[in-house]
Amino acid sequence: MGAVLAAPAGLLAHLFDAPMRLWQRIAGRGGMIAFFLAPNMAIFGLFVIVPLGLNVAYALSGGTALFLPQRSYVGAANFERLLTCGDHMDPATCRDDLFWIAVWNTVRFVGLQVVVLVGVAMVTALILNGKIRARGFWRAVFFFPVLLSPVVVGLIWKWIFQRQGLLNWVMVELGMDPVNWLTDRTWAFLFSVGISVWAHAGFYALILLAGLQAIPRDIYEAAEMDRTSPGRAFRRITLPLLWPNLLVVIVLALIRAVQVFDEVYVLTGGGPGTSTMYLTQYIYETGFASSLRNPGVAAAASLLMGGVLVVLTIAQLGLTRWRDRQ
Amino acid sequence: MSAVAFLTRRRGGRGWHWTDVVTFGWLAAGLVLIFGPALWLLLSSFKTPAQLAEFPPSILPYASRSAMVDTGDGPRLLPLYTVELPDGTTAVMAEKNRIGIMANMVRPEAPDEVVKVNINARQPLREVAFATGNYTTPLQAFDFGRYLWNSVFVTVIATLITLLTNSMAAFALSKYEFKGRGAVMMVIVATLMIPLSVNLVPLYSVVSAVGLLNTRWGVILPTVATPTGVFMLRQYMLTIPDELLEAARMDNASEWQIYWRIVLPLAAPALAVLAIFSVVWRWNDFLWPLIVLSRKELFTLQIGLNSYAGELNVHWQFILAMTVVSIIPVLIVFFFLQRFITAGIAGTGLK
Amino acid sequence: MKQAYLRGTVIAAALGFASTALAAEEVRIMWYSDGNEGEVVADLLKRFEEQNPDITVALDNVSYQVVKEQLPITLEAGGGPDIARVTDLKALADHWLDLTPYLADKAYWDQNYGEQADWLRPDGSDAITGFMTQITLTGGFANKTLFDQAGVALPAAGSSWDQWVEAAQQVATSQQLPAAFAMDRSGHRMSAPIINFGANYIGADGMPAPVDAGVRDYVGKLVGWTEGGQNLKDVWVSAAGASYRAAAEDFINAQVPLYFSGSWQIGNFSAKIGDNFDWVAIGNPCGPKSCSGIPGGAGLVAVKYTQHPEAVAKVMDYLASEPVMREFTQRTLFIPSNAAVRAAGDLEYVTTDPQVQPALDAFNADVKNITPEANALPAWKWATAYYTALVTRTGQAMAGEMSLEDAFARMDSDIAEQVAQAAQ
Repeated sequence: MGAVLAAPAGLLAHLFDAPMRLWQRIAGRGGMIAFFLAPNMAIFGLFVIVPLGLNVAYALSGGTALFLPQRSYVGAANFERLLTCGDHMDPATCRDDLFWIAVWNTVRFVGLQVVVLVGVAMVTALILNGKIRARGFWRAVFFFPVLLSPVVVGLIWKWIFQRQGLLNWVMVELGMDPVNWLTDRTWAFLFSVGISVWAHAGFYALILLAGLQAIPRDIYEAAEMDRTSPGRAFRRITLPLLWPNLLVVIVLALIRAVQVFDEVYVLTGGGPGTSTMYLTQYIYETGFASSLRNPGVAAAASLLMGGVLVVLTIAQLGLTRWRDRQ
Repeated sequence: MSAVAFLTRRRGGRGWHWTDVVTFGWLAAGLVLIFGPALWLLLSSFKTPAQLAEFPPSILPYASRSAMVDTGDGPRLLPLYTVELPDGTTAVMAEKNRIGIMANMVRPEAPDEVVKVNINARQPLREVAFATGNYTTPLQAFDFGRYLWNSVFVTVIATLITLLTNSMAAFALSKYEFKGRGAVMMVIVATLMIPLSVNLVPLYSVVSAVGLLNTRWGVILPTVATPTGVFMLRQYMLTIPDELLEAARMDNASEWQIYWRIVLPLAAPALAVLAIFSVVWRWNDFLWPLIVLSRKELFTLQIGLNSYAGELNVHWQFILAMTVVSIIPVLIVFFFLQRFITAGIAGTGLK
Repeated sequence: MKQAYLRGTVIAAALGFASTALAAEEVRIMWYSDGNEGEVVADLLKRFEEQNPDITVALDNVSYQVVKEQLPITLEAGGGPDIARVTDLKALADHWLDLTPYLADKAYWDQNYGEQADWLRPDGSDAITGFMTQITLTGGFANKTLFDQAGVALPAAGSSWDQWVEAAQQVATSQQLPAAFAMDRSGHRMSAPIINFGANYIGADGMPAPVDAGVRDYVGKLVGWTEGGQNLKDVWVSAAGASYRAAAEDFINAQVPLYFSGSWQIGNFSAKIGDNFDWVAIGNPCGPKSCSGIPGGAGLVAVKYTQHPEAVAKVMDYLASEPVMREFTQRTLFIPSNAAVRAAGDLEYVTTDPQVQPALDAFNADVKNITPEANALPAWKWATAYYTALVTRTGQAMAGEMSLEDAFARMDSDIAEQVAQAAQ
């Protein structure tokens, strides 16, 4: 035990030891819990919870003024503006058609991106966990995009996909006609999915890799003895044991996919037309970036988005509990 | 024996199994797809504006070659071209001037013989040259050292505060039973759902009300209480056996000592992961500092580098070069800390 | 909010958070640059500081994004710099300082900047809040070399949009270019031809009028040209909403023979095109009604929340003075805003590029074609709402997402929503 207590501790810790002991004697264990939580929760409360509360106030107020004291209470008018639709499946019938275009774009994006992202991360993790040389190097390679800021990611790919970019040059060199990638609705959408997978897959691959490395090897050796086929081994051994990691990956990927913004905004600006305009862009432009600010409408939209995310997350966690109980 | 290794071994190591092909293909494609674009950005950042706009692009940055030619009114530096002459031969010639689509050109060695050449019958003569001005011009134009210092200050302080406050909170949330613990965790996780970009105006009101506008603390404090950090560290600390803590309490260790001398050292891999992410996040932060800071002496590198985007014109050559500059420090940090990453994530309770 | 801000500042200072102690007479200027104007003004300010040792001027060079997104909220919080270079002059006019009591010579300001003074003050006010650093005018540019190569004559002055597009299409076909012309993705830019097609955005009561036949005619043509491949599609469909996109790169790269933008491109072209081809400013192609461009520009304004109005006025007096503005204009290749400088007509632009002077002359000459409808727009507070609706919906129509009729209906409802929102 002494060895652990003698583990590296700075001068700072020595200075703190005595007053901390005193405080513990006065406040008791409850006081210590409060002490450990206080700094984080104070900052968290002031800069995360309070703004979230203010967001509710914004959502219930109207006008173009940016600060609450100058804004008037309008009740549910902002929600009404967003939610009034002839047919919710058809944005053209909605009062705020751009919001619904953004909603359905986001749904399509999330559906495709999460599947591709998890698939790519999984394959990458399996391969990195395999019999390869210079594993550390390859791990770093796949992690590299995670280090880049979204703006840089968008910029890098814009330089490749634009009409006079690298990709079209390759097309011309291969004797094909250049394609105007970013003005094509389908391509622009696929590329928006592609670059976000490019930017994030490395992170999730490492989470999965960590899970794979924790699976005891003898299980596979036993399976080998039994002449289990590789596919079956993956389904019967790898997937169930990896499931907790996979769940975290899916939940995080889903949350981030719904919030997709920066890299796509730099790459396509939401175009062509509105085909890659996602929810966060709608909210950012409505509430902040446009010369015509509507902070109330933006706040209402962000609350709706947050609400949907909470429901999705709870549903997923509930699903796991249910699975665990099985 | 890991999954893929197990799979690949089934062929007894002879010949290429399909999984070897997949592995090789995947790694090769990954290398090209990940570094190709980045390399392209790097090469492009050394090109002149005219060359950036060129199609088809050249891989390497080029500059036109020119030669001193003795024209009628003294020697002048003239651009060189490879010209296809009417008689089918080609020659290297210098352009004296151009009127419409016809250029008056001369051979550098015989500057008096002017030949009229259609501009489609010539190609500029070029050589590989790096337009380092893309880097030096902006770096000289603004106070690069100060921006760098601001960025380092914000990144380091924010990361230190993040590590300290998040680990304290994570310790309390993982090693004590108390009323409301579940609720606190729920609140922390729930706030993951609202990203900064949709909550700018309320956050700005708060920062403005507490007087942190145009201060470095206004950039640092709102970012340090990351829900992700608390969540990650807590999951990791849950794996530290409670018996260790109990034994220490037997040895009369205070709760602070348990936190500082037992839990923190044991959570080092998770702290390293959080440190890497925090450094990357804070270094790359753009939108929030842009809103909080409007005095140049406080600008972080990302904000300073951005000043080349005007209303009507964007100086791409500078933006590309400055992007490269901003990536370098993150790469250095990653290089030194990367060996912690897998170990750290492996234990962050994500298993 | 102002109160809260001040209180906050005091607290921050007490806590030692404020990292710089303000000098007694420090004037801060927030400035963004499209070209070299940041360097030029820094030079000019250095001279001012030498003459006025009691005032230090801090020039914060920022991106346009800061001016557009961050400055408005800072101003609403009662903060901000002392002086700012801004384009949203009318919308933010409540935050500008009336310099009148502090100016050395009010008559000079009225004479030289009076014409545009209305652009940068609230409706109905007669305050002097600052001056335009330059005047801009929308207008077209042609790649003369491409026209020559195709053997197509440049349409004469006074030619219509149809004539220009047809001629440019011939050039594009013969030279195998991707499109005949390009236009910046901007409600301001497209409004110039729309006005020339007879539109008037401003209703009798000063409120936005519904989109009229002029809007329908030109937007219909523009969308048709986009579908037909004459208008370079990339620029317009490469963003959603009201985002601005410039098409300058495509003109600089000789991808289009005709480009509709504005006078501010001249310095950019001179720097990037150089001797690669000959380009000319062609003024504004005509519509059935007129051949007007839309004036505009960036203004330098004093901010109401400054602690040193006298020092601010001194700086403004200096920057607005005739010799300083003359030098600024000559070095930045802008169209002068100062009436005396413009009237003198003897500007010697600092450039070795022989294409610059004729282009600037062409824009200067085009000023006389500005119609009252066009001239009213910079000082009209709903212009931004109108531009936003125009560009958002036209972009969608061009991308094939909605029919023209739906687009016009949405333009009207967008503007109505905005008016209603502002009234809440």
